Amino acid sequence: MLGRILTLMKKEFLAVLKDARSRVLLVVPPMIQLLVFGYAATYDLRQVPYAIYNEDRGALSRELEAQIRGSGYFREKVRIASSDQIAPLVDARDVLLVIHIGPQFGRDLASGKTASLQLIVDGRNSNTALIAVGYVRQIVSRFNDDWSRAHGLPPAPARIETRAWFNPNLESRWFFLPGLIGILTLLITMLLTGLTIAREREQGTFDQLLVTPMRPFEVLAGKALPGFVIGFAEATVIASIAVLWFRIPMLGSIGTFYLGLGLFLMSSVGMGLMISALAATQQQGLLGAFLFMVPAVILSGFATPIANMPEAVRLLTYIDPLRYFLVVLRKLFLEGVPASILVHELWPMALIGAVSLSLAAWLFRARMY
Amino acid sequence: MSARGGRAMRLRGLVRKEFLQILRDPSSIAIAFVLPVALLLLFGYGLSLDVDHVPVAVVVDRPSADTADFTATFDGSRYFSPRRMADMGEATEALLEGSVDAIVHLRADFAARERSRTGAAVQVIVNGVDANNARLVQGYLDGALSTWLLQRAAAQGLDPPIPVRIEHRVWYNPDLRSRNFLVPGLVVVIMTLTGALLTAMVMAREWERGTMEALLVTPVAAGEILVGKLVPYFILGIGGMLLSVAMARWLFGVPLVGSFWLLFATSSVFLLVALGMGLLISSVARSQYVAGQVALITTFLPAFLLSGMIFEIGNMPAVVRAITHLFAARYFVSIVTTLFLAGDIWSVVVPNTLALVLMAVIFLGLTWRRARKRLE
Repeated sequence: MLGRILTLMKKEFLAVLKDARSRVLLVVPPMIQLLVFGYAATYDLRQVPYAIYNEDRGALSRELEAQIRGSGYFREKVRIASSDQIAPLVDARDVLLVIHIGPQFGRDLASGKTASLQLIVDGRNSNTALIAVGYVRQIVSRFNDDWSRAHGLPPAPARIETRAWFNPNLESRWFFLPGLIGILTLLITMLLTGLTIAREREQGTFDQLLVTPMRPFEVLAGKALPGFVIGFAEATVIASIAVLWFRIPMLGSIGTFYLGLGLFLMSSVGMGLMISALAATQQQGLLGAFLFMVPAVILSGFATPIANMPEAVRLLTYIDPLRYFLVVLRKLFLEGVPASILVHELWPMALIGAVSLSLAAWLFRARMY
Repeated sequence: MSARGGRAMRLRGLVRKEFLQILRDPSSIAIAFVLPVALLLLFGYGLSLDVDHVPVAVVVDRPSADTADFTATFDGSRYFSPRRMADMGEATEALLEGSVDAIVHLRADFAARERSRTGAAVQVIVNGVDANNARLVQGYLDGALSTWLLQRAAAQGLDPPIPVRIEHRVWYNPDLRSRNFLVPGLVVVIMTLTGALLTAMVMAREWERGTMEALLVTPVAAGEILVGKLVPYFILGIGGMLLSVAMARWLFGVPLVGSFWLLFATSSVFLLVALGMGLLISSVARSQYVAGQVALITTFLPAFLLSGMIFEIGNMPAVVRAITHLFAARYFVSIVTTLFLAGDIWSVVVPNTLALVLMAVIFLGLTWRRARKRLE
């Protein structure tokens, strides 16, 4: 039996790797995508382009301007002299932010009244808008503290001292890169499994396979193992790039990483083979692969929190293996938790894997044409 | 029969053949209509960056009237759902397990310090793993503190202790609903998928089955084959696009400030690019298997991550920014979010549409050249 599985596995490896283009497709794009997406995926802003509209021009307003310029978050694109210059700049997306200092600013501040600073923000991406306003708020609050101290004003009766655990500088790249490891691993397994059976069905070789003495389980093992082996190898390389190139901390144990990876591969290979076994043509297989992969990524909690989803959608995420793997990766890399804490993420992946692999094996015969 | 009449007849025949093929394998219809509706429903409801009712652990070492006054600011706020905890041990555990996003800790000396020259420090611990969420929570807490300071100063008849206050106005999306930009962005991602899925396999399938050779020995020209492929899928794609726009407008309540016809026109150009990309993949790969793999790699993730629908392009390093120019979704996201939220702003619409036209010409031109070369 083992011999038969090995023979079939060898054939599958050949089928996957014999086409030079396919071979390149499996290895090069996921690596390039990690590098490109690794740099693209962050909510931290740098060099936010802004316009300054300073009607005050006194020393105090210039001091505040200097602090904004020196903060490193912003890039002054243009100075404007009248309010009708604002709209064209924001409309055309030349600037994200217009900072308006009114003519009263210095006088109010010097006389002990509250001076106001107006911001006009492009809200087309409301998340970016909020983050940019948050940066200005940080700068202004430091300005306020300095001002109060320098002028002997009583300090605010309470202030907040924040510490962030696990990611002290709140770098959002630390959050996204472990997620990318999961997404790209899913992509690789979909590339390997999503179309294999559909292709054999279309070419008629799958029927030939089924009339051999091989049992569905053996066929399944032969089809699944290349996905496992190549998935393991590529995930290892991808995770190494994340740690060595992007300097993401890896606090957890390597053993736990591979345990999580193994269970995730089991569930995603299972889903891929199930889709492939269900499809009568490669066109359907591709549609199925997309219909699984796209929601799996978007609803995994990669870019937006699962906690923000309404109940019905949240229930659906429970059958998404990526959802669990992302939690495992983040907790493992950034928090360094042991496997015992991840049990609630590990067993669902094992269950999804077992169910989808069994269904795939059953579909081999159930969907004969 | 005139040459032109012959061409029209041949084209009609090709389009008819393609339509019949579409009807026989219902997966194309599923791609054009079911896929956009299902995905948009799922993602439109599922994706949101609006954080409210953040679970926060509140630990008060020595409760008093002053601490109660402070913590009361959380109770009424829609941004927080505060949970009282007895001590830091319990709160820390809740933070580690993820059942709260932050801890607000008022130490035993809060009341005394608050009245002293130094002022009291409120200790806040956030879980930084989700940095974006952590920042938002931090911002909300700062907001809660300033509200409290203002109220307190007003109650004591003092000037507010804030030298400079920020007033911000958010244009185009004053309520800061993240759905308003996520849904138009999702429409773009979904249209990218639909376009590529519709056509990625069709040319490769003909090559694989040998029907392409059969077509090429007929008097049909390569350009006619291309148009024959394009027309039916374009009609399907436009149908899916209209459905998506209608859902964005009426189901998800995204305002459509700009003109519908401009949106329709730019969508048509984008659809040509998406279909053209699928056809190009298909004719370069010549095998459905490889075409499918290329489509999986080049469509979804770049449209999701590099289009600016979620991650700001201006923020990426120059090399990555240059790479984003290769993906049509980038231009269309800019057009769509602007048309939906800001209106007909020509300085955004014109350059991005020109880029899309250029991409359509390149993709369709390359596909045409490849099909023609095979003739010889």
